[in-house]
Amino acid sequence: MSEAILEAYAVTAGYVPDLPILRDVSVTVQPGQITLIIGPNGAGKSTLIKAIAGLLPVSGGHITFAGRDITGIRTDQLSAHGIAYVPQTDNIFRSLTIRQNLDLALRRAGSEAAARMGLLFDQFPALAAKQRDKAGTLSGGQRQFLAIAMALATGPRLILMDEPSAGLSPKAAQEVLEHARALTARGVSILLVEQNVNQALRLADHCFILAEGRNQIDGPAEDLRDNKVVGEIYLGNRRVGAA
Amino acid sequence: MIGVISYLVFFATTASILAIAVLGLNLQWGNTGLFNGGVVAFFGAGAYGTLILGGTAQTGHLGGYGVIYPLALLGGMAMAGLMAWIVGLLTLRLRHDYLAIATFGVAVAFENLMRNAEWLAGGAKGVRGFERPLRAALGDGFVYNLFFFAVVLLVLIATYVFLQRLVVSPFGRLLRAIREDEEAAQSLGKNPARVRLVAFVTGSVILGLAGGLYGTFYAFVSPQDVLPTLTFQIWAMLIVGGAGNNRGAIFGAFLIWGAWTASGWALSRFAPVEVQLYTGSVQFILIGSVIVGMLMWRPQGFLPERLVVSHKGTTQTE
Amino acid sequence: MIQHLIDGVLTGSYLSLGAIGLTLVMHILRFANFSHAELLSLGAYVALVCDALVSALAPFLAVKLAPLSLTGSLILAIIVSMIVTGLSALLMDRLVFKRVREKGQELSMVFASFGMALIIRNVIGLIFGLSPELYSRDIAFATILSRDPLILVKPDQVFVLIAALLLMFILHLILSRTTFGYALRAVAENATLAQVNGVNLQRTIMAVWLIGGGLAAVAGVFYGISHQLIPVMGRDLVLPIFAATIVGGIGSVYGAVLGGFIVGIAGNLALVVLPSGYTPSVPLLMILAVLMIRPHGLFGEARM
Repeated sequence: MSEAILEAYAVTAGYVPDLPILRDVSVTVQPGQITLIIGPNGAGKSTLIKAIAGLLPVSGGHITFAGRDITGIRTDQLSAHGIAYVPQTDNIFRSLTIRQNLDLALRRAGSEAAARMGLLFDQFPALAAKQRDKAGTLSGGQRQFLAIAMALATGPRLILMDEPSAGLSPKAAQEVLEHARALTARGVSILLVEQNVNQALRLADHCFILAEGRNQIDGPAEDLRDNKVVGEIYLGNRRVGAA
Repeated sequence: MIGVISYLVFFATTASILAIAVLGLNLQWGNTGLFNGGVVAFFGAGAYGTLILGGTAQTGHLGGYGVIYPLALLGGMAMAGLMAWIVGLLTLRLRHDYLAIATFGVAVAFENLMRNAEWLAGGAKGVRGFERPLRAALGDGFVYNLFFFAVVLLVLIATYVFLQRLVVSPFGRLLRAIREDEEAAQSLGKNPARVRLVAFVTGSVILGLAGGLYGTFYAFVSPQDVLPTLTFQIWAMLIVGGAGNNRGAIFGAFLIWGAWTASGWALSRFAPVEVQLYTGSVQFILIGSVIVGMLMWRPQGFLPERLVVSHKGTTQTE
Repeated sequence: MIQHLIDGVLTGSYLSLGAIGLTLVMHILRFANFSHAELLSLGAYVALVCDALVSALAPFLAVKLAPLSLTGSLILAIIVSMIVTGLSALLMDRLVFKRVREKGQELSMVFASFGMALIIRNVIGLIFGLSPELYSRDIAFATILSRDPLILVKPDQVFVLIAALLLMFILHLILSRTTFGYALRAVAENATLAQVNGVNLQRTIMAVWLIGGGLAAVAGVFYGISHQLIPVMGRDLVLPIFAATIVGGIGSVYGAVLGGFIVGIAGNLALVVLPSGYTPSVPLLMILAVLMIRPHGLFGEARM
């Protein structure tokens, strides 16, 4: 496992110092793979992603990315390290146009910015057509694509995605997840948190299951699909159609 | 000797009246987290209300209703409460800045109205012709001042006891709950905007009570008594004493009023004549520095609030 | 009536400049900064000092630019004052607001700003004395635009209006055409997401203080040109500027511009119905009216 691109080891973190939500959670992401994190509501999935992204104080353990310690990284330094983060909600700037959103994300790209913008628009033609509109006017699925495009703008090696399919129609959710799959073909690694377990498990390479802020089991996504324990951990608490 | 004692009585009366005002502000800021940027307006409403209702007839402006004193005082308090109710109704649903700005604006407008509207309260000349209660029996001298001090002290004690009971009552706990975590309080089925309105109005009525006593003490009130200076002084008293602690509020009132009086006296005694014109500026800089300094180095004041620590944010796990 | 309208537009031009910085600080740092108006007086007095210095060092600059009563040295002084005031705003944040903020006392920031306002205002009073100052002792003659009704406009006032509009247009270009502007708007909308997208929050906050302080300095000088310089001018400007931000909607730069003009015009039109002594109360009436009709202002969003 030494070639893992991201390794979170025994991470303890929470909103308030004395009340950790995550306790000793360890997760690894292999290069070019989709690593899925699932678990019942309140398991600490989003907390883990936020801790990796430097949005929450980490009180124990450490996080390494491509061999470098990034524990407690400053959030605005993520992209400089090659990490992008797509938050679950409010992940685009509604008052800026689509083009301005992308310009902002491409701010550090320098002379490459125009070329990269072209590539992003090729990849997301729906956004190209609306580039002068305020991002607040986009539909839910298009917003998710804009958020992903903004993440890709920095040319990341790893994308942290927090429930990208939440609140989307089944069709749009499928599209977003398939797009994530396609990205891995280009060598991008993805750490994905999802509520949409069945769909996500079909897509992912490896899966970690959290509950009550701790690791439960993990293994290749394929194996976990029919695993009885997963059903027990999960089905009892599973929210249907959760946003 | 009698001169010193008589001065001490005078000083203690003023400080006690201000302490009542600080207690009122403490209910708003210390216990509920409501920023009142126009303390002086509610204080002034009490003073003007009491004197207009209880005074003798004056040509040219309202007054001369000859209401018996306790009712006049209650009327002044009601005016302060009414003003607070209107401002609170408009701003307490919004983020806290709005209350700060609106109350500040109310104080500006109150002083502006009192200065300009001669038909209302005598304009710049102020409200005169107020007969202090029981003056006929006690005269104007030291005896009266001693008696008045005793009354003020009793009112201060009564206000203190009332607020202490309020703080430990379920309503007091609710106030702190809303201050600490509004969403949690809301999820328990409480209406934070209404609870805050009650606290804001109650605090303002107490400010009005202090204003009424102040007006009574001097038997006169004018726009000079409702300048923003007083707001800053009353805040400094609360911050120095310790927001949230009623004993701290009283302690702060005596300490700051003492320091203010002493600094004014020292400047007039020792400063060169050409500097004396700037006594006010120097005192304002001192008050400003006390406020900023306390917030930076001892924000809890000298007598901090004693609290059961409640953690914010533990409810939002995901 | 038309004269009041014109005067209102001119008042609006410096209120708007003052309100822009205030609305950004209120939105991004989430506190009502009662010391913002003191940045206007600070800027006005710094320009007064610079003007005197430049005139003494380079007398050829102290010549009036006819038909204005302004001199080249005053214009240079305005630019210096923008920088000095912007840096002072930054320093205030470093020394006071940042520390109070980091102690987690968000609400106490309002208190601290009142304290700062008292200190700045009275230090200016101590240094410059309590009597009014003027940039130019010459009487600027007004141009008569019309005799019936009588409408007067001073060339200086026209300059003030054009310069204010020009500054607002430059700010508009920055906000709508540069990635720096996008970053500023991004932080105003969602600071966390802006950081996720690589925006350095601390640096953006510094930029907001610099811009707010710089514009406040210009606003203060323009107030001084239109009226006179007095140490307590901040006290008289704080409520109109707050009213402008509330009318426009807290956080909206365009709202602040519009709000500034609305409050300026309303204050002058009120003279038609109210005696002039009541002018200081007009901003409160505007605030209360907006809170009743449209609590989040013309361009604001509901945000607790």
